[in-house]
Amino acid sequence: MADQFDLECRDVVKTFGQFTAVDQVSLTIPQGSFFSILGPSGCGKTTLLRMLAGFIEPAKGDILIKGKSVLGVAPNRRPVNMVFQHLALFPMMNVAQNVAYGLRRRGVDRAIIDKKVAETLARVGLPDAGPKQITQLSGGQKQRIAIARCLVLDPAVLLLDEPLGALDLKLREHMKVELKQLQHEIGTTFVYITHDQSEALVMSDQVAVMNAGRFEQVGTPQELYYHPQTPFVAGFVGESNRWQGTLETMADGQAIIRLDSGGVIYTDPEQVAGHSQPIGQRMDVFVRPEAITIAAKGQSSPDAAPGINNMQGRVENLLFNGAASSVQLRETTTGHEMNVALPQTGAFAGLRNGDELDLSWSAGQTKCFPATKTAPVTANAAGEAVA
Amino acid sequence: MKHTPGSVAGNGLKLGVVLMATPLLLWLVLLVILPHLDLLMVSLRERVSYGKYAFSFANYIEFFTEPLYWNTYVRTATMSILATALTLVIGFPISYYIAKVMRGRGKSVLFLMCLIPFWVSELVRTFGWMILLRESGVLSHFLQWAGLVDGPVEMLYNDVTIMVGLVYTSMLFMVVPLVSVLDSLDDSLIEAGYDLGGNAFTVTRDIVIPHAMPGIASGCIVVFMLTLGNYLTPNLLGGKSSLWFTEQIYTQFITRFNWESGSAFGFLLLVLSSLIVWLGLKLSRQTLSDTVG
Repeated sequence: MADQFDLECRDVVKTFGQFTAVDQVSLTIPQGSFFSILGPSGCGKTTLLRMLAGFIEPAKGDILIKGKSVLGVAPNRRPVNMVFQHLALFPMMNVAQNVAYGLRRRGVDRAIIDKKVAETLARVGLPDAGPKQITQLSGGQKQRIAIARCLVLDPAVLLLDEPLGALDLKLREHMKVELKQLQHEIGTTFVYITHDQSEALVMSDQVAVMNAGRFEQVGTPQELYYHPQTPFVAGFVGESNRWQGTLETMADGQAIIRLDSGGVIYTDPEQVAGHSQPIGQRMDVFVRPEAITIAAKGQSSPDAAPGINNMQGRVENLLFNGAASSVQLRETTTGHEMNVALPQTGAFAGLRNGDELDLSWSAGQTKCFPATKTAPVTANAAGEAVA
Repeated sequence: MKHTPGSVAGNGLKLGVVLMATPLLLWLVLLVILPHLDLLMVSLRERVSYGKYAFSFANYIEFFTEPLYWNTYVRTATMSILATALTLVIGFPISYYIAKVMRGRGKSVLFLMCLIPFWVSELVRTFGWMILLRESGVLSHFLQWAGLVDGPVEMLYNDVTIMVGLVYTSMLFMVVPLVSVLDSLDDSLIEAGYDLGGNAFTVTRDIVIPHAMPGIASGCIVVFMLTLGNYLTPNLLGGKSSLWFTEQIYTQFITRFNWESGSAFGFLLLVLSSLIVWLGLKLSRQTLSDTVG
């Protein structure tokens, strides 16, 4: 039913001259959910958000808020409010005046404004901040005031344009949790855009991964992480080891891909996107660093079970980061560089550069996609998303 | 002699500061403070006989007892305030357009177009207006040719023309500070204003103008002072009927050779401009340091 969705886009297109910034995007956001749009810089996510806010009009398609088309409705008449990237708090007003701004524009009674402002400030945990100047607030407090300024208006949808980008790492981690809790308490639909996958994965009910103006995949964070449907999603969400190769055989519940650099990788035909790719098809292969089991050389039984991938590697770099520690390896036969997560038990705490390790992972953990002609997402881009 | 490196650096620094400040100090003392002190002294004396002077307030008393003088004084102040207000009202939308609406090349072209008239001297620009507006001028001819008037029309020598000339002369000094202050306004503040339900009027009133206040104040101060002390434009465009206070000062000094009275008038003009600027800053709740900084 259309009226259950707070926000709906139908085939929205936006072009700037020859450049298509947003290309045939459709989405439906159920009431009260936290929806993120995740994508690299320049993928069109800001353009999409600005169309939802009403600052730009789509070239084609329709945008519906609570089942009503808002095409041609000015930003000040739309039941959506936006938290800007740099928050855009008004420096010429104090905190209470900032929060009261929208209510004053609606001509709400003075006494009611004061009451609502006090309530909203209490709701974001800053009940005494009213008389303060904006410059007196810390980064996290500014964040909360920017959200309070929108929430006081009871918007149907709250749009957030990478508001955590300007905060330092520690505060960003903290605000992630706080935002999610806040959204859960008040039940307003949030549309959050970010290039930081960890923000999107931690906070969202649904995430849309956007690339080059299109939605690559929409799903829960778990679906995106464990069942990516395009090579872009596999490369962009989370870290992956990546190979290129050719589909050699596909039989007996097992597909074999011969790598360009030598060696083969077994995979489950279920994991081959499209399921029935022709033999000889070029494939991109992805394996998550934490899917790979490591053992000291010679201590694992090779080819213990069919469909288990076995490789050997030499440690090149230890990347110790507490529970998120990993190791960079050079694969012995293919010379391919691999990234493998270390077990959190500390079993490999004594690992040194140059040590040799046996690596194994099941065929089911190998994701394959027909190779794309466009330049694939490099480890660099994935690394940026992690950082 | 032995110097520690620190003392050399310290002396060098002091000498540098003194050298740097010298032109400024010379300028201030020789061209601003000394003449004004002299002006004050001269204005407070009365010529008793040939080469003999006595201390007296006679020049100031003369100013207040002669209606022509203080009427001119009040008229100059009122017209200057009006000219400043008009310059602001016309200059603000132009500045907003240049700073916030135009992008890239168009922006610099438009800004340059505001600047170009000022490459010519004020005298030449004022003559330009005279060519347009005089009885045998372009506009008069055009109106006759179009059959809108029967005979030649004289558009010079009235208050409206003086006002047009003053606003035109001052425009750049309003537009430059306004463009720079509006440039510094983050676009997202304006967008946030609209997003939270504001319209063009309330966003301008609550967000744009409060942000632009230092620029408005500094533009107004400069324009007001230039207008108040303007001699050329009121004189040429207003002729004998312009009754501008600077003309009174000129008359005292040059025509009547009455330096005592001229000095008193000059000092009164300084008091007037200081008083009005101070009042303007108080009313707009700006400080001079905000405005200049």
